[in-house]
Amino acid sequence: MTPGWVLRRIGFYVLISVLMAFFTVPMLWLATAPFDANPRLGLRWPDWTLDNVEATVRHPYALGSLGNALVLCGVTGALTCALAALAAYALSRVRLPGRDALLYVLLLLSSVVTGTAAMVPIFILMTQLGLIDSQFGTALVLTGGLLPAAIFILKDFVDAVPRSYEESARVFGASPSQVLLHVVVPVVRPGLATILVWAFVNAWGNFLLPYLLLRRIDSQPAAVVMKTLQDEGGSANLTVIPVFSLLYSIPVVVLYLLVSRRYGFRFHGGIKR
Amino acid sequence: MRRTLSVSALVAVTCLAAAGCLGQQEESDSQRNAQAKDVSLTITANAVAGGKNAAGAEWVDKYVIPKFVEQQKAKGVNVTVKFEGNGAADEQYKQKVALDLKTGGGADIVNLDGIWVGEFAQAGYIKPLNEVAGGDVDKWDGWQQIPEAVQEIGKFEGKRYAVPLGTDGRVLYFNKKLFAQAGLPADWQPESWEEVLQAGQRLKALPGITPIQLNAGTAMGEATSMQGVLPLLVGTGAEVYSDGKWLGGGKELTEVLTLYESIYKGGALGDPLLQQEAKGREKSFQLFAENKIGILLEGDYLWRGVLEPTKGVAKMADRNTAVGWAKIPAQTPGSGIRGQDFVSMSGGGVRVINPNTKFPQQAWELLQFMNSAEAIKAELSGQARVTQREDVNAEVLANDPLLSFVAEQVLPLTAYRPGLAQYPQVSTALQQATADVVTGRSPSEAAQRYQEAVGAAVGADNVSTS
Amino acid sequence: MTVTAPPAAPAQEAPARPRIDVAGLGAVRGGLFVLPSLAIIGVFLLFPALWTIYIGITDYRLTGEQARNPQVVGLENYQRAFDDPLFGNSLWLTLLFVLGSAVIGQNVLGFGLAWMLRNTTPFIRRTVEAMVLLAWILPSTVVAYLWITVLDRDAGTLNALLGTPGTAWLLQYPMASLIVFNTWRGTAFSMLLYSSALAAVPPSQLETARMVGASGWQTVRDVVLPHIRGHILTNTLLISLWTANDFTPFLLTAGGPDHQSEIIAVFIYRTALEGASDLGYASAISLLVLLANLVIALFYMRMLRSRQAR
Repeated sequence: MTPGWVLRRIGFYVLISVLMAFFTVPMLWLATAPFDANPRLGLRWPDWTLDNVEATVRHPYALGSLGNALVLCGVTGALTCALAALAAYALSRVRLPGRDALLYVLLLLSSVVTGTAAMVPIFILMTQLGLIDSQFGTALVLTGGLLPAAIFILKDFVDAVPRSYEESARVFGASPSQVLLHVVVPVVRPGLATILVWAFVNAWGNFLLPYLLLRRIDSQPAAVVMKTLQDEGGSANLTVIPVFSLLYSIPVVVLYLLVSRRYGFRFHGGIKR
Repeated sequence: MRRTLSVSALVAVTCLAAAGCLGQQEESDSQRNAQAKDVSLTITANAVAGGKNAAGAEWVDKYVIPKFVEQQKAKGVNVTVKFEGNGAADEQYKQKVALDLKTGGGADIVNLDGIWVGEFAQAGYIKPLNEVAGGDVDKWDGWQQIPEAVQEIGKFEGKRYAVPLGTDGRVLYFNKKLFAQAGLPADWQPESWEEVLQAGQRLKALPGITPIQLNAGTAMGEATSMQGVLPLLVGTGAEVYSDGKWLGGGKELTEVLTLYESIYKGGALGDPLLQQEAKGREKSFQLFAENKIGILLEGDYLWRGVLEPTKGVAKMADRNTAVGWAKIPAQTPGSGIRGQDFVSMSGGGVRVINPNTKFPQQAWELLQFMNSAEAIKAELSGQARVTQREDVNAEVLANDPLLSFVAEQVLPLTAYRPGLAQYPQVSTALQQATADVVTGRSPSEAAQRYQEAVGAAVGADNVSTS
Repeated sequence: MTVTAPPAAPAQEAPARPRIDVAGLGAVRGGLFVLPSLAIIGVFLLFPALWTIYIGITDYRLTGEQARNPQVVGLENYQRAFDDPLFGNSLWLTLLFVLGSAVIGQNVLGFGLAWMLRNTTPFIRRTVEAMVLLAWILPSTVVAYLWITVLDRDAGTLNALLGTPGTAWLLQYPMASLIVFNTWRGTAFSMLLYSSALAAVPPSQLETARMVGASGWQTVRDVVLPHIRGHILTNTLLISLWTANDFTPFLLTAGGPDHQSEIIAVFIYRTALEGASDLGYASAISLLVLLANLVIALFYMRMLRSRQAR
């Protein structure tokens, strides 16, 4: 325990505390404003009340929109995860010429389509397909935008699975689908969980697509309802917004906690790279 | 990969073919399904219960729909009416309804901002009412209740495309408490821009307040035009569109921009940062309610929707005694358009019938019902607003001092924006010009840049050079 | 949640060697596995993207005469983009944004956190990681409110902490604010990726470095960085692409004041929806952005290849 060591330790904890503060301070508003009798855009010790919570619960679309969002984003997450897993596995294990170039092109295109300019084609396309006002149709569009990056990330997980696992399974006579389900999926499960959370979170925040593609306000997800919380002139409704922000954040946090508790951060200990 | 290539080639071809969809339209017969016994209609507006324009949404849900269904049942027609609420930013709502109308879908009755009528009509998204629902439209007795100037909001190239929802007017609000402290009169009525600036100089002596706030910059979007440039411009005798040409960066605009300069630069009477914030207009409401702004140019919405002591977004408990208002003066007496001493600007929303509706006759009936005196009174439910109907206005405005002032003294002086598709581009250029001045360019340089921007947007031939 | 470590394969095997189909999948079944993804991507991504590219050579607008009758104008939109100072402005701002917040901010902070946390107590590690991750997974509309609260001129937390009342951070330092904001927002991804990467650095080598008395920085430079170069490249590529197309800054500054924070995604949004709703021009710019992204990706692949060549 030299003085140098002590100093370094102190420096280390100071640095960690500063970084911790950097990440925490902005979030405090979410802890105080929902319970403040007079919420505003600024941090202060609240006059505690639950009136805002009550107002939010009574809001005609707030709670329902969270349910809609769970369905929409659940479907999107599950679809993205399942389809990306199949594709990533095949792309990792089967020799397909031009595979990397294809992946990159798709990855790049996904950034164009999520942009504002592509909304007209998407809207007309969905009208022609009869998928306007369909939660499932909206989930398909969201999935299409997320798949390239999902395949891109997941393929790296699969690449990391030692082939010897599958070879042994084959030796014992497992069929390809058994190999996939019973050998590969368990090993890349943390990767799948990552993609699930990532896709869910992305869909959860998307405003423009569901707003344009879904007709009735009572089928709109939380991201859209969040934007309607304003008055005639567009001023934010600060009675409902803080509480709703909190409610709106809970599902993604819970999903993350579940997934991270289940799969932890220790994935790499088990696999030799 | 070869397979993928051929797939993409196929997709590309389909894409080019489908691109034809960009400009399609249909023919219509105004009497189709007129005798139907089972009718379903949909109304859409940028309003939603519990959010933006909640009162309008509740009115449709709780009054219009049940009453209209009942009325039709009496005639033996089984009607289902649905309301599709929105509550998004205006440009997003506009995109949604434009896409709806383009693809032949959407609600049967659609709320639009009056300023969109021209561009929607030019795009073929909406049609004149008497084409959609037949010649009976022109015989509706409701038109006689709607003043000619207000009807203009729903017209394009002389044809009625829409029924207006009413109108509004702009005034100079001032805080009487601050005025008293600065030794200014409670019945202040400036006769020229100079007198407004002089009042600002007096207010400047008070600590911690902003004497004059005049909307500027691009962050506020159309608010800068409606509550800033345009009311000033008509005060110089110019209009943004006249004799088939758009305003250029000439003398009048330079004078308007010079006023901006004297408020935000030279005299330091306004807060130049506030105008550039993304939520600057809301913040100016809040500051006015907190007695921190002396003079604010705003529409009647500030009075009835923002400062309103019980329901407003920035409630001002002593609104009725603390807030004064005055007509917006022309630059100098008599320098306004039509030689006026005072000026204002107005706008308003409208309702159109979707040309693709299955039930044009029934939609027109619903639209008439929504514009009946009784329905409008139900919508107001005790609140006041300048509605489209004179008979309703005569009844509801008398109790509200500001709104009767607007109806009696401001509306006769007011002007409207040109409902042309190019207007939004010109308006954006005007907003940019004010931003240029507030951030340090000289008025003449900003006017020069405006001239170039407008020329590029609408064609140099269509811009006046004087 | 773990993010592994990408581009794995080529680092370990000679890239030219054909892959062994260990699962016995076969090309047909392999194709079938890829097909559903390709179908969805084809219909809902490729098709609209190509259509958008087509709109980019027309004068199509959301409303008005050009909506009824769009004309093909060839490369006019592209010509216009090159002459448009606002487009140049937004490219420059996007470059600043990506360099500042992704390439430097998220990368350095993410690696720093991963490095510092690797040997701390589980409690500290878990708490810090949880907060960093929270910043990443909260919905952008919520995050925008949080940061407006921090940076607000009148009641902002930052002004209270620094004792600088009346500083309008989002107006006076818009790009700096957005860079700090986006570093806060996105560091989690880099941190996760580098945590996994660091776990793969052989402990024996770290031990050796400690034995010979190497400082922390020397260890990182000589032992760790060579091991995780591939991860750095992948990470930088992904976060650069995401940052370059990020729309969240719109919720904080709306591109203002006076276009000072109008990064490319915001510029496209405003061109497509505000004012004239000039969809033709906006689509053309989207394609230019795609090409810029392509350049980044090519650069990345080149770096990867030169790494393999060693």
